[in-house]
Amino acid sequence: MSAYDKVTLARASDRAMGSFYMEQILDHFVELHGDRRFGDDGAICGGVGILNGEPVTCITMKRGDSLEERMKRNFGCPSPEGYRKALRLMKQAEKFHRPVICFIGSPGAYCGIGAEERGQGQAIAENLLEMFGIRVPIITVVIGEGGSGGALALSVCDSMIMFDNAVYSVISPEGCASILWKDSSRAPEAAEVLRLTAGDLYSMGIADVILQEGYRTNEELAAELKALLIRELERLKKVSAPRLLASRYEKFRKIGG
Amino acid sequence: MTSETVKCKKCGGEMDAEMVAKHRKICPRCGNYFRMTARERIDLVTDGKTFRELDGTLVSRDVLRFPDYEKKLEIARLETGENEAVITGTAAIGGHPCALFVMDSVFMMGSMGTVVGEKITRLFEYATEKRLPVIGFTCSGGARMQEGVLSLMQMAKISGAIRWHSSAGLLYIAVLTDPTTGGVTASFAMEGDIIAAEPGALIGFAGQRVIEQTIGQKLPEGFQKSEFQLEHGFCDLLIGRVNMAQTLADLLMLHKEQPKERRNA
Ligand SMILES: [Zn+2]
Repeated sequence: MSAYDKVTLARASDRAMGSFYMEQILDHFVELHGDRRFGDDGAICGGVGILNGEPVTCITMKRGDSLEERMKRNFGCPSPEGYRKALRLMKQAEKFHRPVICFIGSPGAYCGIGAEERGQGQAIAENLLEMFGIRVPIITVVIGEGGSGGALALSVCDSMIMFDNAVYSVISPEGCASILWKDSSRAPEAAEVLRLTAGDLYSMGIADVILQEGYRTNEELAAELKALLIRELERLKKVSAPRLLASRYEKFRKIGG
Repeated sequence: MTSETVKCKKCGGEMDAEMVAKHRKICPRCGNYFRMTARERIDLVTDGKTFRELDGTLVSRDVLRFPDYEKKLEIARLETGENEAVITGTAAIGGHPCALFVMDSVFMMGSMGTVVGEKITRLFEYATEKRLPVIGFTCSGGARMQEGVLSLMQMAKISGAIRWHSSAGLLYIAVLTDPTTGGVTASFAMEGDIIAAEPGALIGFAGQRVIEQTIGQKLPEGFQKSEFQLEHGFCDLLIGRVNMAQTLADLLMLHKEQPKERRNA
């Protein structure tokens, strides 16, 4: 399968995303809204649920199903208040000593006048800075398209699980092709040179675990993801908070060092 | 012998390049700021001959074998005489010691690859160890496409280093200069204890053309300028070039480390 085939699968409108997996793996999930500053961003959904008998905070990017819902959720492109809501929920998780799981799948942070006026860059930056200090385990699961800084704002973590048809890139292949060759139709070539597949991220030391999709159903994948998350959380639970923060920094410190 | 001239983008005036360089690169006619190289910036703000460069020999490699990257790096090195898009080191400003990083917008548009990320990370680690404040001048088009997701991850890596520096109770002043956009705005440019900006600089996350295409309308005058960021609460103050060194010296003085007894009181 080519890199661009994976991009196409990662973006497919019928691909099961974070909300599906949250429904499958969590019991008693309660969604919590709002950033307490400006509003409630529909492109980010978060709350608390029970995983394997213990409470966890889960946050996902959400694009919605119907066209109407997609428009309401900005096609899954988060605004500053979405990132601020996510950070609020992470700090709440820290207070109540429960781990955080973030699901990634979004074309990127929303581009618009309002988003700039309310500090899109600052909101992402604050998440990056603060997530290095959250004293509970953070696991990031990349399911769909991991687009640029908008995805990174939920990706500072202790363990990154990546679906093998998910992608993660500094720029969309279309954007890259138009810069390189002034021709966005050459996106498949760009996807190749950008090295954005799960295998690429694993070899660069960014992704820690790859979840092979094969021919399995979404329900089967959810069951495996649940088992993986339980295993990773068991491991991370044993680590003291200072040690956890030091190794979280070490994980990113090594990249391109 | 004819001397080299430069043209002001704002008023269109042509003037002698050497004279402009001697006067903080400010247009004598309209007050517009010409872009400064990293070295010019260092000369402008640091006390004479106090700058000591760190990690100046680190050079980028084409790890992903990206089309034309080697060639672009070669051109950038020739054009600027620098090895990378950021210069880091230590210096004194108004007699106050500090760690300093200065980006260069000419070097591949100031884009951030792994070497830029590594140099800034090392600087924050060094400053944490030596208990120095950090002053950083940003100007960048964002993460460097040619190093793919490795560039993107530098945003997180630097943020982690800033957090350790900050937890140690140390000061970081970010000074945003024209242009500061993309992944740099969405990371270390917006993570200062104090965020200052040069007047008239373009500062934002999304590119203006991308926003215009997305929303299908022209952007208002002054959108994403320093003054816009000040008005929306995203920077603490604007500092002009004439006052830059003095204002930074004042800020360093105001945050000088207190003796231990007073810190704990
Ligand atoms: Zn002028």
